[in-house]
Amino acid sequence: MPHLDSQQALKQDGAIFRPIMKPTRGYAAIVCALLAVIAWAAYAYWWQLRRGLGMTGLNRPVYWGIYITNFVFFVGVSHAGTLISAILRLCRAEWRRSITRMAEVITVLVLFFGVGNVLLDLGRPDRAFFVITHAHFTSPLLWDVSSISVYLIGSVIYLFLPLIPDLAILRDVATGWRKRVYRLMALGFTGTEQQWHRIEKAISVMAVIIIPIAVTVHTVVSWVFAMTITPMWHSTIFGPYFVVGAIFSGIGALITAMVILRKVYHLEDYLRPIHFNNLGILLLVMCMLWLYFTFAEYLTTWYGHEPIEMTVFYAKIRGPYAPYFWTMFVTCFIIPFSILCNSRTRTITGTFIASLSVNIGMWLERFTIVVPSLSNPRLPVEFHMYHPSWVEWSLMAGCFAAFILLYTLFTKLFPMVSIWEIREGREVAVTETVERIKTYLPMEPKGEVAK
Amino acid sequence: MARWGMAIDLDRCTGCQACVVACKQENNVPFSTPAQAEKGRQISWIYIQTEIEGEYPNVKVRFRPMLCQHCDRPPCTFVCPTSATYKNEEGIVAQIYPRCIGCRYCANACPYSVKYFNYDEPHWPKQLEASLNHDVSVRYGGVIEKCTFCSHRLTKAREQADAEGREFRDDDYQPACVQSCPAHAMVFGDLDNPHGTVAAWSESPRAERLLEDLGTKPKVMYLKGGA
Ligand code: SF4
Ligand code: SF4
Repeated sequence: MPHLDSQQALKQDGAIFRPIMKPTRGYAAIVCALLAVIAWAAYAYWWQLRRGLGMTGLNRPVYWGIYITNFVFFVGVSHAGTLISAILRLCRAEWRRSITRMAEVITVLVLFFGVGNVLLDLGRPDRAFFVITHAHFTSPLLWDVSSISVYLIGSVIYLFLPLIPDLAILRDVATGWRKRVYRLMALGFTGTEQQWHRIEKAISVMAVIIIPIAVTVHTVVSWVFAMTITPMWHSTIFGPYFVVGAIFSGIGALITAMVILRKVYHLEDYLRPIHFNNLGILLLVMCMLWLYFTFAEYLTTWYGHEPIEMTVFYAKIRGPYAPYFWTMFVTCFIIPFSILCNSRTRTITGTFIASLSVNIGMWLERFTIVVPSLSNPRLPVEFHMYHPSWVEWSLMAGCFAAFILLYTLFTKLFPMVSIWEIREGREVAVTETVERIKTYLPMEPKGEVAK
Repeated sequence: MARWGMAIDLDRCTGCQACVVACKQENNVPFSTPAQAEKGRQISWIYIQTEIEGEYPNVKVRFRPMLCQHCDRPPCTFVCPTSATYKNEEGIVAQIYPRCIGCRYCANACPYSVKYFNYDEPHWPKQLEASLNHDVSVRYGGVIEKCTFCSHRLTKAREQADAEGREFRDDDYQPACVQSCPAHAMVFGDLDNPHGTVAAWSESPRAERLLEDLGTKPKVMYLKGGA
């Protein structure tokens, strides 16, 4: 059980407190820039609201475009946090301690943009609540609404629980309005034995519950496509394929955030090369899993050679969507694989480049799943290439800007590294781990001990 | 209860587009501007698909009126999150415009690509605004629409029969396209009525249903390949 000695924490882990206590240079400028992008996106949305979805580049039969791509992408990225942090917690991976918080925040924030993009995509957003009041349960969209809501609630709880002891520490050192906020949020946590016991119990229960929920969420997202009989959507491996892609892009997003936070907030002591190395290996594993699923998906399609599936297949491989497809292949596989498979390039910079590449690639992957299938329907319809309009690009930029803004705002209010978990690591886990390792080993023969 | 269906003889269809015009007029289908057409956003509940078979000099050209097939197992209604599109007791796949949230899921799920989205607010040339059909609601921007088999005519025909104090007969009701076809290439009626023309046509060896192997059970039959 770690101590709740806030003065000592301040002394020992000052680097974690610094971003909260002192304004960083240039922060205001970044906020202004982000706000400008968001304001522009708001203007674009107002434009779309007034004139309708005609302001997008969509047509018949391409009824879905980059809003739905973003929806799938953001929900995928949300797997960064909760899922990865839950798995690492359950496996007692000791190196998790300084990265869980950063990961969990991504999940919670990015989910809003996932849901938000579906709302942006509606022809009548004013009627969105009909999904609840006139719910039709055979619709995969409704399954989405249900599972994402549960996931959102679960992830908020899962972010909040490990935050409580930190809030208590902050309450004791902060002044002014912050003190009041932290006191309110800390829920009277003082660090008694019983409180510690309860919180640790709650965290481990949540870590178990959240994993199946996370898997469900992205499976259901894939089912929005797979449940239709549209060529190259109607695939049984879409569920696991999307989950793998989600974790893949999630780790990518996490590493990206970690590198930036490390640099900006000088967390070099907390995020050490080993963290990037380990996450890099995880990313490499996901990269190969992604290749495996992609290969399985495309090979079965090609081998079966059903004409209608092949139209979509060729539209991706060598047709109008080939540039997207091959860029996806390079950014999702070639670049990350060649960087990560070598321990000499699996450095902080290396994993950063690989992660950025994966993020771009996974967005393109979602795009090449959504659009080419739609533009090649079963029956001949006049072909119109889908080009997203300025409104769509602006809203997409706005989503990214708003996400970054909220994320940085969070870093200004709450510690991005879990203070108490680091302390727990120092004070308790080191000896505990040694003891644990001993239990893995064969017992020493009795006679030896006697001697 | 009737099970309404349609049969179209492609060997009779001349591609004159009378049905297309009649439908637009009957159902207040908004006009499309050249700009909209360029973007692939025209709305036409029924349109003529030209199919060319073979190579010169042995070419066969066929015109296929394409409309909602009123599937008995419609993939579009299953996926609608609000039941804004549904199959009614008489087998007509209908739309409830005020309930549609405009997610376009149904349009993507329809294998026949016959659902249309109102990307823009509807508009008509000034002169035509006066001739809008008052039996059919005008759809506003942001919702899906498609062929309804002119189901407002069914309601009207029933009322008419009631007012005249007689039984409703299934030939009281015909969609505008069928009525307007000068080549008599289309017939409409109750598929369950064994003495009706539709039932007879649909049992012809020349009859086929589009993408039948998808299991959607369309209620529009196409006849082709005759002398
Ligand atoms: S043809 Fe398309 S729109 Fe019509 S009922 Fe079938 S699936 Fe629905
Ligand atoms: S666009 Fe309208 S009718 Fe179609 S699925 Fe969405 S809510 Fe239902």
